[in-house]
Amino acid sequence: MPVELSWDWGYAVSCLPALLRGLGVTLQAMLAGYALALGLGLVWALLRRAAPAPVARATVGFIELVRSTPLLVQLYALYFLLPEVGVSPSALTVGILGLGLHYSAYLSEVYRAGLDAVPREQWEAARALSLGAPRTYRSVVLPQAVPPMIPVMGNYLVSLLKDTPLLSAITVVEMLHRAKIQGSESFRYVEPVTLVGVAFLVISLAAGGVIRRAEARWSSVEGHPR
Amino acid sequence: MKAVLPYLSQILEGLLTTVEITAASILLAVVMALAAGLLRSAGPVPFRQIAAVYVEVFRGSSLLVQMFWIYFVLPAFGLQLSAFAAGVLTLGLNVGAYGAEVVRGAILAVPRGQIEAAVALGFPPATRLRRILFPQALPRMIPPLGNLAIELLKGTALVSLITIHDLTFRAQMVRSVTLETGVVFGLVLFLYLLLALTITGLVQVVERRVRKSYGVPRHAG
Amino acid sequence: MTRPAGIPMIEFDGVTKRFGETVIFEGFDFRVNREEKLALIGPSGSGKTTVLRILMTLEPIQDGVVRLDGEPLLHEEKNGVLVPAGKAHLTRMRQRVGMVFQQFNLFPHMTVLRNLTEAPIHVQGMGKEEAREEAMRLLDMVGLAGRAKARPHELSGGQQQRVAIARALAMHPKVMLFDEPTSALDPELVGEVLGVIDVLRQERDLTMLLVTHEIWFAERFADRICFFDKGRIIEEGTPEELLHHPREKRTREFLRAIMDHT
Repeated sequence: MPVELSWDWGYAVSCLPALLRGLGVTLQAMLAGYALALGLGLVWALLRRAAPAPVARATVGFIELVRSTPLLVQLYALYFLLPEVGVSPSALTVGILGLGLHYSAYLSEVYRAGLDAVPREQWEAARALSLGAPRTYRSVVLPQAVPPMIPVMGNYLVSLLKDTPLLSAITVVEMLHRAKIQGSESFRYVEPVTLVGVAFLVISLAAGGVIRRAEARWSSVEGHPR
Repeated sequence: MKAVLPYLSQILEGLLTTVEITAASILLAVVMALAAGLLRSAGPVPFRQIAAVYVEVFRGSSLLVQMFWIYFVLPAFGLQLSAFAAGVLTLGLNVGAYGAEVVRGAILAVPRGQIEAAVALGFPPATRLRRILFPQALPRMIPPLGNLAIELLKGTALVSLITIHDLTFRAQMVRSVTLETGVVFGLVLFLYLLLALTITGLVQVVERRVRKSYGVPRHAG
Repeated sequence: MTRPAGIPMIEFDGVTKRFGETVIFEGFDFRVNREEKLALIGPSGSGKTTVLRILMTLEPIQDGVVRLDGEPLLHEEKNGVLVPAGKAHLTRMRQRVGMVFQQFNLFPHMTVLRNLTEAPIHVQGMGKEEAREEAMRLLDMVGLAGRAKARPHELSGGQQQRVAIARALAMHPKVMLFDEPTSALDPELVGEVLGVIDVLRQERDLTMLLVTHEIWFAERFADRICFFDKGRIIEEGTPEELLHHPREKRTREFLRAIMDHT
């Protein structure tokens, strides 16, 4: 059967405005979701380290549950559950919440590894100087823990970006959803879906390049900039 | 909660479908990971490049977009796959690309001295890879590949969006009928967790066996 | 095919070797005769290890020709012109040279016996039984016949290195290269390895090159000693000549520095 390679450039270009609007939503979801993940991830990591045992254990259980189950199911759960408890956020907000929660579980592990990598002597020196906990974290621990974590964090940001199309399942009109709408209107899916695929590819390759440079600068071999 | 009981069998059917898709996809992913990973490590240059392109493309774009493309766009190029085939193909190719990097990384991690000793004894490149490098790389590969298997399991949920009646699809359906959001999704999350733990257990069994045959205690030799 | 006795076993002809920007040697000439036992001494980075690695085809050269038993090693002759060697040629030439590494490099996922039989079976196509018998004979020679079923990590450094020697010998090479074979060993294990090398020296018709810091052993072992510095052979001669009546100032400096530490 001859392969029919039909690609309509005119149509492809005409899809662009709608897709770009979708990209805007995609980026919104990515940035807000990641910010939430960064914050929550740190909270879970600190709870694991410093909270009383039952709380710490509950945190670990929660992290395991979130990491081991599909994001899509978590999104559905939030989307349908929240109205039942009286909150009615927009679909995008639910999506951001879902992304943030899911990735906070991964990031908490990164924080944990990063914090564990700071040598015990540093903690002890801070204690010897009577620096309180907040100052210890701010001035001594985090500056040493964070740089080697950055490449891994960057990878998770890219992963999160690639998960944003899942939000289309809870009616968020991001890039893939726009493509679906275009496709169903004109019965041609080839151009819009391919364009979306290429867009993700380009963004993640570019991000990958940036991350690799960050990796070279902040390799975790010695834990400090070369 | 009682409202959900009559639908339990449907949920379990969905579970079965998810297991089938997971198993088939893992098989394909392992094949792709080994093929692309080995080719990239030691193959002839044109094959290396093809493998590299495959890895970069599938790792660099979104799983859902890939699945849509394979299911909705490929027909326009003359290839119409069933939803099941499209789902398995996408998952296998996608996770296989990540797996290829794990395989390649493990082979690169074998100490240089081993390669030199193999060269010194006259092993040609293919035999070197097969008998000296790969057996030493294998134990190192298993844990990260095990993690990828879990990622694959989570990815199967996306097939619900291309009309496959997997566990996630059934969850949606039962919820919309019974409106018991908490119970239904709680149960489904629990079932996925169970599957994840099963996979982890199986991976550990594999890891133990591989370590026994090829394992190297962690100190310089 | 044996060549007429006059042709050297090893010949470096105008060889230039660079690592990126750094020149290891330039226009380097070097000869080793059949069945000669040669010791190479000198400071780190002088190029002595590089000579061995080039002979083992582990390093490429940028200029010049290396010949093994009269045949080009890293090149092939095609229509009278020398072109870079193809894989088949390299594989064939490599089997004539055996190398013992500082870090032993035994295959950790195989037993001692399999370490010895793997290459003969899969590279030379030897039969399994024949390879096993030969391997046991070699293990016996190095004094480790009882450890055939052990894994490398169960052995001491000295034992591993002796296995490594047996493994290299299993390919029946014409040339054996030893790259600082005892430098990674605890001092008390050095003797057992040098003992095996000594036995090889006496009993076999082998051309041997030994890079070492153990000057006392070099004296005992070598027909000729070459002193390397900065990619050149500063001086060479019999142990008696080079060690006790060195002519060059640099040689004297080096020997004095070494002796001060003994």
